[in-house]
Amino acid sequence: MKILVCISHVPDTTSKINFTDGDTKFDTNGVQFVINPNDEFGLTRAMWFKEKQGASVDVVNVGGPETEPTLRKALAIGADSAIRVNAEATDGFAVAKQLAKVVNDGGYDLVIAGRESIDYNGAMVPGMLAAMVNANFVTNCISLEVEGSDATAVREIDGGKETVKTALPLVIGGQKGLVEESDLRIPNMRGIMMARKKPLNVVEPTDVTAETKAVRFEKPAPKGAVKLVDADNLDALVTLLHTEAKVI
Amino acid sequence: MSILVYTESENGKLKKAALEVVSYAKAIADQMGTSVTALAVNAENVETLGNYGASKVLLVNNEALKEFNAKTYSATLQQAAKKEGAQVVVLSSSANSKYLAPLLAVGLEAGYVSNVVEAPSSVSPFTVKHSAFTNKAFANTEINTEVKIVGLSNNSFGLVEADGSATVEDFSPSLPDSGVTVTSVDKATDKVSIADAEIVVSGGRGLKGPENWGMIEDLAEVLGAATACSKPVSDLGWRPHSEHVGQTGKPVASNLYIAIGISGAIQHLAGINASKVKVVINTDPEAPFFKAADYGVVGDAFEVVPKLVEKLKAFKAANA
Ligand SMILES: Cc1cc2nc3c(=O)[nH]c(=O)nc-3n(C[C@H](O)[C@H](O)[C@H](O)COP(=O)(O)OP(=O)(O)OC[C@H]3O[C@@H](n4cnc5c(N)ncnc54)[C@H](O)[C@@H]3O)c2cc1C
Ligand SMILES: Nc1ncnc2c1ncn2[C@@H]1O[C@H](COP(=O)(O)O)[C@@H](O)[C@H]1O
Repeated sequence: MKILVCISHVPDTTSKINFTDGDTKFDTNGVQFVINPNDEFGLTRAMWFKEKQGASVDVVNVGGPETEPTLRKALAIGADSAIRVNAEATDGFAVAKQLAKVVNDGGYDLVIAGRESIDYNGAMVPGMLAAMVNANFVTNCISLEVEGSDATAVREIDGGKETVKTALPLVIGGQKGLVEESDLRIPNMRGIMMARKKPLNVVEPTDVTAETKAVRFEKPAPKGAVKLVDADNLDALVTLLHTEAKVI
Repeated sequence: MSILVYTESENGKLKKAALEVVSYAKAIADQMGTSVTALAVNAENVETLGNYGASKVLLVNNEALKEFNAKTYSATLQQAAKKEGAQVVVLSSSANSKYLAPLLAVGLEAGYVSNVVEAPSSVSPFTVKHSAFTNKAFANTEINTEVKIVGLSNNSFGLVEADGSATVEDFSPSLPDSGVTVTSVDKATDKVSIADAEIVVSGGRGLKGPENWGMIEDLAEVLGAATACSKPVSDLGWRPHSEHVGQTGKPVASNLYIAIGISGAIQHLAGINASKVKVVINTDPEAPFFKAADYGVVGDAFEVVPKLVEKLKAFKAANA
């Protein structure tokens, strides 16, 4: 089984978000970038397929040279090789188009992406990719097993979960549950040394035009001070929620 | 020309989010000088969509669509959009809508923006505001394709009644192979889901252990709320993973979010910040959550929550 894990390179969850150039660009100054948490679960699940079922695992990112440390980290965790499509990730559609070419050229059976990235939170790349390469698609995936070309997945739905049957070729949008937090792998010294020798292939992008364009960013309006209610006077809280906030 | 809106239902009953997306679609239709067509699948009483601005309802009654499937549902919407000459397709931010929208976007060659929080600021160029960076910021984004798809964030627009009525037309799409088959569903039918809830009651590590969740459920019950929890609580196995909210868990965009024994870490706040009104109950007046909340009680949850439940019961009885 040939597996491709899509890795988006995102600001660390503790990052303060700021913008520059008249609020038209994300300010990367002082921001630490990491593997998107949803992709980290997917990468570890892919490593298990490799170890238990003899799969090969490649990782891919669509982005500039600045994302290479993130791909090297994925190699240090255990991926066999990495691909960077040398294009700015302008919108979900353009990224999916670039990934579709990688999937078609590489003949992958299983593509593991994340449910959503924590930067633009579009939750659109995996579904678009699946539609473009004509593969089956399961998102919010919390468990995945593959036998031959049959796949069984569990996905979260509003208010519960469901088990589904499908077949390769398959794209999933994964999240925590594919593996648990305690299963995540931290690159060790040997992994880091080996990663230096593994291939990181830079491929030139195909020609696509983004369908959407973020023209201006803004931050939420600053919040007023909290209204404190005495623990012995909870009637006041009920009244505030009813008459002022009008939520009960 | 029209605005097509996908109205979701459960067991035949239209969801509240369905009325909200129709209200929103009506606002866009007014801006663009056109009308709203709603698409409903196996739903009852669809004429009520007229009260929120739909002038036509395409009603699909088909056993094969009994279970949600992203591919067959997206094919249905795609054919409806073609038939109606839709310029804009509006969906909600439910898990199902987010599942099918990217497939529909490819099928219709339409630009898609999710988590939209307001009516378009302009229809030419078509520009919408949506949350990004897990609610730490907003982006104003132009959609430059002929057909546009907008995913509306729940509870962000509200219900707006319109005086009008809708004609109902049967619609029979041709369905592709589903590709993915549901073999079993595990869903609490007696509970409000976090996605559908107007009120969410959430507990953190301050509650000390799973045996103390009775009072959280009591509070949720009197408010008709969904229950949620912080990440460590689900990691410790005190509560199911499906209740984990935050940047790496489920997003919450309720009208009221009550956080009990939760410190208010940046990753937690990011995921729940889209909620309109936030209440925090915490023993530590320095807990970061107080900076993000609208109302706060500095106190011990084990004393405050049972008392609050009694007060709310009395309030409900008096206002029933
Ligand atoms: C990559 C990453 C992603 C993450 N994603 C998420 C996420 O999606 N969601 C999330 O929630 N967290 C997330 N976290 C974890 C987050 O950083 C915090 O650790 C977590 O939110 C803390 O949970 P808590 O508030 O329940 O616990 P604590 O931080 O331990 O806080 C407990 C609080 O309870 C109060 N308390 C104690 N006793 C009482 C009492 N008797 N009555 C009232 N209050 C009391 C304390 O004063 C304290 O403020 C993430 C972390 C990382 C690194
Ligand atoms: N630039 C990118 N390069 C590679 N994979 C990506 C990129 N952007 C998004 N993805 C994948 O798509 C998933 C969902 O991202 P999004 O649609 O942006 O929310 C991520 O978790 C990644 O697996």
